[in-house]
Parts: sequence; C-alpha cells; structure tokens
Amino acid sequence: MPKATYDCIATTTLGSNTQTVSFSSISGSFTDLIVVIGGAISNQGASATNPNITFNSDTGSNYSVTWLAGDGTSATSGRQTSQTRALFGGFTTVRGTAIIQIQNYSNTTTNKTFISRNSTNDSATGQAVSAWVGLWRSTSAITSLSLDSGRSDAPWISGTVFSLYGVKAE
Amino acid sequence: MSPLLSTLANASALGYRSLVAGAATSFESIATVSVGSGGSSSATFSSIPGTYSHLQVRGIAKVVNNNAIAVNGLLQFNSDTGSNYARHLLDGNGSAASASGSASQTSIVVCPFPDNNLSTVRFGAFVLDILDYANTNKHKTVRSLSGYEMNDATFGAVRFYSGLWQSTNAITSIKIFGDSRNLDQYSHFALYGIKAA
Repeated sequence: MPKATYDCIATTTLGSNTQTVSFSSISGSFTDLIVVIGGAISNQGASATNPNITFNSDTGSNYSVTWLAGDGTSATSGRQTSQTRALFGGFTTVRGTAIIQIQNYSNTTTNKTFISRNSTNDSATGQAVSAWVGLWRSTSAITSLSLDSGRSDAPWISGTVFSLYGVKAE
Repeated sequence: MSPLLSTLANASALGYRSLVAGAATSFESIATVSVGSGGSSSATFSSIPGTYSHLQVRGIAKVVNNNAIAVNGLLQFNSDTGSNYARHLLDGNGSAASASGSASQTSIVVCPFPDNNLSTVRFGAFVLDILDYANTNKHKTVRSLSGYEMNDATFGAVRFYSGLWQSTNAITSIKIFGDSRNLDQYSHFALYGIKAA
C-alpha cells in the first residue's frame, strides 16, 4: 500500500547574516534527506563562493567531491579529495538555489554519498549552473549537518532559507 | 542558533505537499527493492499502478566485479529489450566536461555503478524522474542526476542523463541492472509516485 512521504523536518530563515547553519538531532526514521537552500552569500569578489557541508561535526579529512559546472560559455569539471568539508555549489550576492540529496543517510553499512544541483542566476561569476557528487567516508548514521558559507567574511545573507526534508521508502 | 525550527507550512512551497490545508501529500512511496547477500542480477518494480502523474526512483547501487571500474547502471521498461531506447549524457569526471548520446539502444543509462573492487562501502547515487509515465499518447522521457565518489584521483563522476523510450504504452514495470554485472549487496532502490492536483 503506497504511503505518503516527503516531510518537512525543519526550516529556518536567517534573520541576520550567518556563516553556518546547522540541523541537529536528525532522526533515523527516513530513507533520504533533501536540503533545499534559497538565498545568497555576501561580499565575495569576482567569483562565486563555494559553500560546504559537513556531517556529525566531523572536521577530519573524510570528504571528497566531484563537480560539473557551466557558466553559459563553457563547461568544466573538477575534484577535491581528502577534504575537511564537501563543497556543494556556488553562490553569489544574487539569489541562487541548491538542492542536496543525501541518500540512505542512516545506513550504517555504507559511506554516505550526496548529489547536489545548484544555480546562481549570475553568469558573470563562473558557476551559473552546477552539479556535485560528494562522499563522506563514514558508516555512521547522519544525525546532524552543517551548511557553511565557506568564508568568514562572506556569510549567508539575511533572508536565506534552509529547509530539510525527509523521504521514507516503504 | 536553534536549528530545528519545524514549520510544516513551508513544506508546501518546495516539497510535494498539497497547497490545500489538510490535504494529503502528493508524494507517495510505492515500493522498495533492497539487494541482499549474494547480490542480484537486477531490481524490478512491477505492477506499477497508473494512478500517479510522475514516478521517481531514488537509489544507491554498486556492482559485483573484479576490475575496479564503474559500469553503466541500466534501465528497461515493461520488459522491452528491443532497440527502442535513446540516451544522452552530460558528464563531469573531475578533470573535464563532456557530452555524448546514442540512439537505438536496448536500455537507458541512469547512473554509474562502481564495483566492489573499488570499494565495498561506496555506492553510486541517483534520483531518476519518469515524467507522464502512464500517458498512452506519447513516448516516455526520463532524466537522472547521478554520481559516485571514491576519494580517488581517477574514479568519480557527476552525470546528468536523459533517456527516451519509444513506446506509447503506459509504464507498468521498471528493471534496473548493471551492464553485464550483478548488483551487489546493500544496493537499494525506492519507487515513488507523484500526483498532480
């Protein structure tokens, strides 16, 4: 029997500029998590700022990421391995979006893979549209996650919205 | 900061809940396939009802192999093994972006599936959307955002796939399998239905 799912677990709208937003005490009652971000990052220069995600407050070198980006003229790809955080998009002062899919987040037999798609609506800054696949090399269930703007002098701007959803497979 | 600020009202804006207060969600879990010990040649969803507007398959997978590679994760509808599929790919492999496509194929590609010689605990992940699957007046088009990461200089990719099934039949079954390889244990596929208002 099909069962309704796709529940909003939590959402927060920034009332002031903030570098890091965290969701904690995430229950293991879903199958996948989905993070939706709508907003902007302040004060960067000519290039987009790359925010990052970490899980369970792990700041060890346990993250890697591969990305694909297009700026309206050309497409590029890159990779980072053994990082202390995983990039998931590019944001500018113009409002953009990112949707991060975290598959089987509470499974304790696998490392955790996420996929993200992102747009900035600002083609002058290099990463107008992008996709990302990230790995957290841990078999721990994800119980918290943090979304950092990537630069202390360039926080998420007031009004940026972060929502966390859960999808449960029956 | 108080991070867990639960506001179900906001779910309607970006999630799949009905905008009508009190209405049920329009995103439903239909079925799940988990690959057990010993692996499996494929994962199949059958007897899919035509009561939704769109389908979504969310999954993680790897395959049994000894070659330390990633193979194509493939899909067929309604047990159709004919050359009735077309597929296109936008690929980022960590050093360059590329695109490719091919017609008259016997399957659609949905995700790179790494093998268990690359890692026993790292899987490919994908979200596949199958649009208007029950419409008998059009061919069926799908899209997938997928990827795998190995924390390795060589292996890892993020990929957009599109696929076409040249049939006007309503989709009633979906078969997912690795290209010439069995699915490995802990591969997991979940089928969801999305209703229109």
